[in-house]
Amino acid sequence: MNRIPVTKTPKVYIGGAFVRSESARTFKVNDATGAFFGNIPQCTRKDLRNAVEAAAKAGPGWARRSPYNRAQILYRLAEMLEARSGELVTSLVRFGAREADAARGMSVGVDRLIHYAGWADKYEQLLGSVNPVASAHFSFTVTEPMGVVGIISPDNPPLLSLLSMLAPVIACGNTVVALASEKVPYPAILLGEMLATSDLPGGVVNILTGFRRELVPTFATHAHLRAVYAAANGEERKAIRLGAAASVKRVRFTDIIGKEWFADSAQGLEAIRDFVEVKTTWHPIGS
Amino acid sequence: MAATRKTSGGTRPGLIFGDLWEFDPAPETADPKLKSRYDLFIDGRFVRPRSGRTFDSINPANERKLAEIALAGPADVDAAYRAAGRAFRGWAATPGRERGKYLFRIARLLQDRAREFAVAETLDGGKPIRESRDFDVPMAAAHFFYHAGWADKLEYVAPGRIAGPLGVVGQVIPWNFPLLMLAWKLAPALAMGNCVVLKPAETTSITALKLAEILQDAGLPPGVVNFVTGAGETGAAVMGHPGAAKVAFTGSTEVGKAIMRQLAGTDRKMTMELGGKAANIVFDDAPIDQAVEGIVNGIFFNQGHVCCAGSRLLVHEPVAEQVISRLRNRVRVLRVGDPLDKNTDLGAINSREQLGRIRRLVASGVREGAQMYQPPCRLPERGYYFPPTLFTRVTQSHRIAREEIFGPVLSILTFRTVDEAIEKANNTPYGLSAGVWTDKGSRILRMATELKAGVVWANTFNKFDPSSPFGGYKESGFGREGGRQGLLDYAHLA
Repeated sequence: MNRIPVTKTPKVYIGGAFVRSESARTFKVNDATGAFFGNIPQCTRKDLRNAVEAAAKAGPGWARRSPYNRAQILYRLAEMLEARSGELVTSLVRFGAREADAARGMSVGVDRLIHYAGWADKYEQLLGSVNPVASAHFSFTVTEPMGVVGIISPDNPPLLSLLSMLAPVIACGNTVVALASEKVPYPAILLGEMLATSDLPGGVVNILTGFRRELVPTFATHAHLRAVYAAANGEERKAIRLGAAASVKRVRFTDIIGKEWFADSAQGLEAIRDFVEVKTTWHPIGS
Repeated sequence: MAATRKTSGGTRPGLIFGDLWEFDPAPETADPKLKSRYDLFIDGRFVRPRSGRTFDSINPANERKLAEIALAGPADVDAAYRAAGRAFRGWAATPGRERGKYLFRIARLLQDRAREFAVAETLDGGKPIRESRDFDVPMAAAHFFYHAGWADKLEYVAPGRIAGPLGVVGQVIPWNFPLLMLAWKLAPALAMGNCVVLKPAETTSITALKLAEILQDAGLPPGVVNFVTGAGETGAAVMGHPGAAKVAFTGSTEVGKAIMRQLAGTDRKMTMELGGKAANIVFDDAPIDQAVEGIVNGIFFNQGHVCCAGSRLLVHEPVAEQVISRLRNRVRVLRVGDPLDKNTDLGAINSREQLGRIRRLVASGVREGAQMYQPPCRLPERGYYFPPTLFTRVTQSHRIAREEIFGPVLSILTFRTVDEAIEKANNTPYGLSAGVWTDKGSRILRMATELKAGVVWANTFNKFDPSSPFGGYKESGFGREGGRQGLLDYAHLA
């Protein structure tokens, strides 16, 4: 008799641990051939709140890491992905991606992590300044991470887009609660497993799976999420903006779609700039 | 001349100055050259409002009418946006070198008429002439001058990207620094090549419309800048107009949130500079005399009508008694009265409405059990005035420790450890500014790192400069004004 393969129970990555939804709800996902693949956690508002709590707890420690250290950890994450890119490509293909696109997406994804790893100790010199004020003061401007950032990933390409949105946000010291693609959630679950072995402290990145219509409203209104970075349609954008107004939350929508995520123009300093606060300090000169 | 006497409660001798002799009045007499009626400034011309309506601008120092101001209705706002839209292509295509020259001209023409503008600002808004003369007007000119020089250097603003204008920008500004806020908004927008529709606050429209005269004298192309005057409804029309590529708002957090909701569902860019409840933190090793001056400047500058005012004083327990007693002595000699008098420290409260708000919050402080101190001082019989007010025994749950009062009212709390100071300072939904007073450098840098505020003043307070980015964390808003960072908020990046 042939050996029966051992299938994996898909779990979400919250606070450095692999958990099911607190609600014990799941939704069934089939692969591109229509065959049963697995039951994915259908995360709830409560799961989102738990993830925000985990991210908030991890925040100060992550923000205090030296930029050099954050750069090395992001580079280490790229190493983990490169080594296991075969597994990621297989999962993308299983859910309908063309082999060549999946492979190229993975190499772009790894390169993108390295791109932002390099930014970690450089953006400050471009975004900050010493200000030539007219009075006898030393005035300087530095950036600080905003805190916990909510990320809502698009469906296509499910993994590269998520990586491209995560990397700038954590490179500058924020922690993240991300919602994976609803249609193709499994690659994000795999990414969680790689994050767990990448030296990234638990809670810095938390990845939920579930339904956008259930979770987007809470992303919009949760006051401890200081910013939301979302791929969203018109109706969702309006809901996010309305919810964000209550706590003057920062919002960034991405207009990048499909293959555009593969291009170099999908990365850069602006994504970092939108997730840092700018702080100016003054001190008198003299005596 | 000074004398000493025992203060009532303690053993420390207190200095007294102001109650030995009366000062002679020293009014500023320059002619503000006001018109009796101000029309809207649209497409380079002063035009009657299509709404057919006007409202009065009152001098808050004596409640007398200064001028009649046109009330812009939706059709007027629309006309302003259409004029700005027509002007945009030409303005954006004007070489930066030439755009910059207009801004340099505006700065110079404002300097030429500085005293006239200072008097107009004081008459319309109630702030002491010393402040409008030495701070508001020169700083407004400095903002035009600074940004003028950026106009031909935009390729250096965003490395790796090409910075260009967004289009027409809608701007709404508050009444506390009417001309200065206008300069903060106009100068970077114009340097980047945007056109502007701006609404000044309804109680302080005059200096904006006087500046329109300067824009005419400078030869600024028609439509590049348009001023529409009016109250909240006009503001909502400016913020909500579909012709705006971006809106910038300075004002209360409440209105800011309403604008954010109003614009949900559009892809309008936004900058929000909202309220604050800044902590001014004094450690036991601080230079106490300088700290007391800083506290006074932090809360009584412009009658406390300052979004970044140091309205919560956090004093280290070992020096609390000393700081509070010196502060009382200092507050006793503040001169409250005629804003046009060159010796006045606190002028008039901007409006009857604002005076009512200050009174209500002060009453809540007394009711909730905080201890109030107001120095004996004679307030003018007419006009809106409020004496400098100190509250001790304030707890974090008191309304006067949580809500923005926007008046000359200081809430004093104490702390024992550095961690407690940080915790208390950050315990607010706001995050605009903070002050730290200590002789220890490493502590300053730690506090500057931990305080969740967009501006941290260490051993100083209320310092501003066109080259220095200003703006808030959390519910104090987003976006910056000043410096390269502020300029970037008016840019489209390609």
